[in-house]
Amino acid sequence: MSAIYVLWLRELRRYVRSRAQIVASLGQPLLYLVALGFGLGPVFQKAGQGSYVQFVAPGIISMSILFSSIFSGMGLLWDRQFGFLKETLVAPVPRFQIMLGKTLGAATVAVIQGLLVAAVCFIAGFRFADLRTIPLAFLFMILIGCLFSALGTAIGSVLENIQGFQLVMNFLVMPIFFLSGALYPLSNLPGALSVVTRLDPLTYGVDGLRSALIGVSTFGFVADLSVLFAVTLVFLTIGSRLFSKIQV
Amino acid sequence: MIRVDNLLKKYGDFTAVDTISFHVAAGEIFAFLGPNGAGKTTTIKMLTTLLLPTGGTLEIDGLDPIRNSNEVRKRFGIVFQDPSLDGDMTAAENMEIHGVFYHVPRKIRLERTELLLKLFELWEKRNEQVKVFSGGMKRRLEIARGLLHTPKILFLDEPTLGLDPQTRNQLWTHVKHLNQKEGVTVFLTTHYMDEADRVAQRIAIIDHGKIVAQGTPQELKQQTGKESLEDAFLSLTGSTIRDEAATSADQMRQMAKMWGNKR
Repeated sequence: MSAIYVLWLRELRRYVRSRAQIVASLGQPLLYLVALGFGLGPVFQKAGQGSYVQFVAPGIISMSILFSSIFSGMGLLWDRQFGFLKETLVAPVPRFQIMLGKTLGAATVAVIQGLLVAAVCFIAGFRFADLRTIPLAFLFMILIGCLFSALGTAIGSVLENIQGFQLVMNFLVMPIFFLSGALYPLSNLPGALSVVTRLDPLTYGVDGLRSALIGVSTFGFVADLSVLFAVTLVFLTIGSRLFSKIQV
Repeated sequence: MIRVDNLLKKYGDFTAVDTISFHVAAGEIFAFLGPNGAGKTTTIKMLTTLLLPTGGTLEIDGLDPIRNSNEVRKRFGIVFQDPSLDGDMTAAENMEIHGVFYHVPRKIRLERTELLLKLFELWEKRNEQVKVFSGGMKRRLEIARGLLHTPKILFLDEPTLGLDPQTRNQLWTHVKHLNQKEGVTVFLTTHYMDEADRVAQRIAIIDHGKIVAQGTPQELKQQTGKESLEDAFLSLTGSTIRDEAATSADQMRQMAKMWGNKR
């Protein structure tokens, strides 16, 4: 148990110490919010869908959690590179615990990042529909963080060097984001796209967060919670399998 | 304490470790010597559950490192040849993480951390991030960390590489002390033959994945008819210089340097 805690703490310490990185990682969501939120706002309004900033903010918050958690999970690559991975692999601690500690740490960092972005959205004019559902929004943020941190750790267990990073970025992370309904409503999509969006786990995160923050939802938050929970468990299982098979 | 029989490790067509066998008794200091790329580190990785062998049997304190990996991990400590510190953490935090991993009670952990960091003259720098440390300081911290818990078997993979004579002396004094007072079995590799001669009770020499000689330093010298262990080593392994292929980790380290990541 304490090994999980000390690895979780390590991720937090690392996050707090990289102030430049914290500021830098707020840049991208801010750009999306300003460029898309205000840029597409008039079109969205004309289509009779209301305020685009209101609509897109939960998507931007989800995006920042997605990026932060996958990349912290993949921090395993750096541990491999700088050798610290070996120290954890020879430790008399079940590898599942090591993987869990890292994953929970990465998820916590991602949720903090998500809260910072939520604050930025608030400053940009985003307003919560109902203050009572904020705990539910928080729960969705945690689930998105855990799900993609586990995915990141799983990928980090398999990739042996940093060259694979671009591959993961272009063929996994960006598609997960763009096909999630973070930027557009899921209703009336062309058939194929509609199917793909429903296979993307982030879709349920965005939908759930949207239902908690602005009271708009496609699947209903119970369905969203169940899907996220199940997929998180699957990724945790796969991740710890892959992690325990690492050889260096 | 360590039994290795017909151990084999192949990477495709390349045989890194070729059916080697040796036994290390409890309480012994055993040196495993060989030129670069001879298979020393590969053998240590298989003994320490980091790598699966292709064939042969291994036993650590009566246990199989493949099937009982976690039990085996409780029994050894290791100082790696290449870096294994967390550069973002401070020296004290690196010690803390290690202590928690090895279930060292908090009070003992703090006492021993102070003792070891003072011994290796890092106490003043304990709250600085390891990435700002010099090469020698990092090496000293690796060693201090490896000695934080008292294992049954201590693996030292070229621990003195890049250390000054003072620190080397400190290290061997401490290792000998652990061996005599606590009965710790020591398995070490080194390129400094005088160290092996001074510290080790028994030596195995490995070359091209095969063990070419085994015995006490005295026996090896007699066997080859040489005065010093260094000459005996050279006559057993020849004088050609070996190259090791760079691993992907080395390549990544290179790349990270390019990107200015100083971890």
